[in-house]
Amino acid sequence: MAIGLALATPLAGMLLMLLFARLPNLRDTVMVLTAATMFVLVLQVLPEVQAGGRPSLQLFELMPGLAIAFEVEPLGMLFALVASGLWIVTALYAIGYMRGAHEKHHTRFYAFFAIALFSALGIAFAKNMFTLFVFYEILSLSTYPLVAHKGTEAAKRGARIYLGLLLGTSIGFQLLAILLTWHLTGTLDFTDGGIMEGKVGHGIGAILLLLYMYGIGKAALMPFHRWLPEAMVAPTPVSALLHAVAVVKAGVFTVLKVSIYLFGLDYLQELVTTDWVMYIAAFTLIAASLVALQQDNLKARLAYSTVSQLSYIVLGAMLASQIAAIGGGMHIAMHAFGKITLFFCAGAIYVATSKTEISQMDGLGRRMPFTMGAFLLGALCVIGAPPMGGLWSKWHLILGALDSGQQLMIAVFLVSTLLNVAYLIPPVIRAFLRPPRDGYTGGIREAPLLCVAPLTFTALGAFAMFFLAGPLRGLLEGMFP
Amino acid sequence: MIEHHLPALQVLLPLFAAPLLMFLVRWPTLAWAVTTAVCWAALLVSALLLEAVWAGGPISYAHGGWEPPYGIEYRVDTVNAFVLLIISGISAIVMPFARDSVEQEVPRDRIAWFYTAFLLANAGLLGIAITGDAFNIFVFFEISAIASYALIAMGRDRRALLASFTYLIMGTIGTTFLLIGIGFLYMMTGTLNLADLAERLPAVHDTSTIRAAFAFIAVGVSLKLALFPLHLWLPNAYTYAPSMVTVFLAATATKVAIYVLLRFFYSVFGVEFSFGVLPMGYVLMPLALLGILIPSIVATFQADVKRMLAYSSVAQVGYIILGFSFASTLGLMAAMLHLFNHAITKAALFMALGAIVYRIGSPRIDAMAGIARDMPWTMAAFVVGGLSLIGVPLTAGFITKWHLLLAALEAGLWPIAVFLLATSLIALIYIGRVVEAAYFRERPAGAVPVREAHPALLLPTWALALASVVFGIHTALPIGAAARAAELLLGGYP
Amino acid sequence: MEWLGLYNYWVVVVLMMTGFYVVIAQGNLIKKIVGLNIFQTSVFVFYISLAKLDGGTAPVYVEGTTAYTNPLPHVLILTAIVVSVALTAMGLALAVRVYEAYGSLEEDEINAQDEQDA
Repeated sequence: MAIGLALATPLAGMLLMLLFARLPNLRDTVMVLTAATMFVLVLQVLPEVQAGGRPSLQLFELMPGLAIAFEVEPLGMLFALVASGLWIVTALYAIGYMRGAHEKHHTRFYAFFAIALFSALGIAFAKNMFTLFVFYEILSLSTYPLVAHKGTEAAKRGARIYLGLLLGTSIGFQLLAILLTWHLTGTLDFTDGGIMEGKVGHGIGAILLLLYMYGIGKAALMPFHRWLPEAMVAPTPVSALLHAVAVVKAGVFTVLKVSIYLFGLDYLQELVTTDWVMYIAAFTLIAASLVALQQDNLKARLAYSTVSQLSYIVLGAMLASQIAAIGGGMHIAMHAFGKITLFFCAGAIYVATSKTEISQMDGLGRRMPFTMGAFLLGALCVIGAPPMGGLWSKWHLILGALDSGQQLMIAVFLVSTLLNVAYLIPPVIRAFLRPPRDGYTGGIREAPLLCVAPLTFTALGAFAMFFLAGPLRGLLEGMFP
Repeated sequence: MIEHHLPALQVLLPLFAAPLLMFLVRWPTLAWAVTTAVCWAALLVSALLLEAVWAGGPISYAHGGWEPPYGIEYRVDTVNAFVLLIISGISAIVMPFARDSVEQEVPRDRIAWFYTAFLLANAGLLGIAITGDAFNIFVFFEISAIASYALIAMGRDRRALLASFTYLIMGTIGTTFLLIGIGFLYMMTGTLNLADLAERLPAVHDTSTIRAAFAFIAVGVSLKLALFPLHLWLPNAYTYAPSMVTVFLAATATKVAIYVLLRFFYSVFGVEFSFGVLPMGYVLMPLALLGILIPSIVATFQADVKRMLAYSSVAQVGYIILGFSFASTLGLMAAMLHLFNHAITKAALFMALGAIVYRIGSPRIDAMAGIARDMPWTMAAFVVGGLSLIGVPLTAGFITKWHLLLAALEAGLWPIAVFLLATSLIALIYIGRVVEAAYFRERPAGAVPVREAHPALLLPTWALALASVVFGIHTALPIGAAARAAELLLGGYP
Repeated sequence: MEWLGLYNYWVVVVLMMTGFYVVIAQGNLIKKIVGLNIFQTSVFVFYISLAKLDGGTAPVYVEGTTAYTNPLPHVLILTAIVVSVALTAMGLALAVRVYEAYGSLEEDEINAQDEQDA
């Protein structure tokens, strides 16, 4: 029941927002209320999942055995909680940002935002790969207008690349993989322990794995990662919630789902290509970090950082050990808090000062101490330093690598952590330790409150995650009954 | 009593109503009303027929009490009951659209004549589908074709005349080839009844006469169904015909020709002969693949949206023929499903486009820039139709693609599966161009603001757009019918 | 010399190819229609030929005859001739309209005019 309501909430909210398009204050209130309602409804499902239950809901059956149906399992629960919880914060932030940065077409923007959240939730709760695919495509399509929002040539070009890559990979590879899976196994349901064992030969299974991994373009595995930096032309709330949380996490979430519930970790271990994908992920992880180092544009640097962090999770899945999978799942939450904080900060800097480049940020800490303080916390979380939540997910991933005997991967994790430090800490140093270039002495002048409050909140959230790692792990262990 | 005569009524209703309309030249609205009534009655008849066939198996109707194989037999089974439903359903649904549409495009004193030709075309198409007699197929082909030439020539653009003339030449060559093929068959078997032919053919299969008959029929009908590369008449004819005619022909005319080809290949000659003795799979499949790829690419370069959709229709014929060429249950199901799904989808698209053209006066993509703000409902229907054309999940188009892809995988032809997915992306590009222009561009400077389309145009458009979603979700009827039809076709004549 | 005995089929082939060639090669719309007519006529001859039985008479009961020519193809061809007449009428009507609209019946001149418009 709560599942259906939770899914219906963003749609209903969208309709109300369209209805109140002429009354901006009421419309914005509706958005925040919608987000809050959705979060509360998602929360209703949690106790049952924690108790080991798998609440489910079937909407309709297209063909025998092929249905649009939902079933909540721990990983989906976590993703749904993260996405819907952070939507509340982002909704508040978006109001401040859109008004502060004088963007146009607010209603259209918020409406598509709501659809994006609706589809993210659909992905989280999907019972079978087909349902997941449908919502995956809705997510791609609904975020297209958000990326193209500014309507400039650059925005349109970025949006075209964005949609082209995401749809191209999903239709060209993922749909093919889904069809093959259906053809070979006769089911697409996410099942504990996978559905492939004994039905799909290892040769075809190996090809299927590649098709899935590259078909899930949202996981941004190189060389299909270009859409993510291109998507940065979007207004910052989009970059923050969608391209640090909902869209990209939908990608890696799908990777985890496919690995755990379609292939099954045992079966995955036996495939040749698992190692290939693992090395590709490791390469992406390091290469993207190196590219991030070169970027002067703050959002571009964060985007490449995201590409790199996503590969942590793909790598976690490919290690094919339970502990690594749990680490991957935790990283969805930890990275979400860290990265959304960083994007919020980037947006707040833009709203307050119109600055977008890191080289312009000298001395910014004197003007925006809260923002830059939050930036530091967010950066620490992404790096995985104590006392932030990011520590635990990396910890589990490294444990998983040990578990699978992949010492090389431990080295990769450690090197990339150093790289994280190298590209995330300099902006903070510039902001706090260097004198302002433009000789700014005006004291504290932060972005609007609706921008600063959310980012402070998420920064504190990233800190709180440090202490919530235990329950989180408890929840995720439910993936392997 | 009347139930017994349903097969005859199916054709006779529009056929006899057509000349009556000539007396209504002064009252065009009345002519429209009569046509609408006839179309809905025909729909009712075909629904009853489908129901009867579903429950009780094939129906045979002997004209004038002359028993088959000597008399002309009308024979309805699941396959053609399904096709009949498509034809009469589309013509019934487009009639509300027709009133405004025809008034805008056809001079007032010719409206009744227009409907006469429309009903004749309709009768011809229904006749092709329902008859169980080979020569009768030829006659009905010509009835519908001559009426369609007249309909196309009524387009406002003078290029419609030449388009119609080209269609006349190519169409006549096609039907004459069919006639030659039928002559050869008659020569060898002494019968024209399709079921009887199917029975007698195996004895004389291995003769060059039968092979020649096969070749003439295949080429002749392929011309009519616009199989690539015999499609050259189609883009101009669809582009310059009145909107209503384009909607009707795009949804039905090529579909019926495809049905005839299916009937001959599967029921009359039999799967073994068509796909075993003769390598039709290897002939049709490459043609279908090229026929999907090249027109799809050509469609992306069209500046005229109507022409773009016309090329897309050629590509969609390719999908149907591809399904057909697998000679498997899944492939045939895909073909039958696409007959249905493409009919509703393309009709919705052409109607939405027609409604837009009436407002802005041009089918060009540039003229449609920013139109979504002025005509949100029409454009939304276009988007829904477009999604179904691309084959997005939860639309009818997806159901077809799904079966087609599974058929390809089942045949072990996974490169074809990859190919199909890639061509869906091409459809995405050409539909995307229109959507981008309509939603993300500003109205051209100096363009007059336009109003939303008239509800009479909008309602049928949305009815079909919704149908293409509903049949993407509740698939029991089309899949059930397609499955039965496929079974029937593979089993030869029951 | 068996193939000479099938001379009417050879006539069919020659007529058919002539008609077909005229349809394709001629740019004049009227000539295309003439070609189409020749093409169709060849099919009529073909049907009539296949009905003929050596030594057969008209299918009327006459004492002493046992072989009859098959009447059915004649009937079919009567229908086909009607169809052909209708088609010719349609084609000519179109040609008249084309002439009214373009002032020419030559395909290349008409196409040239269309290109000028576009």
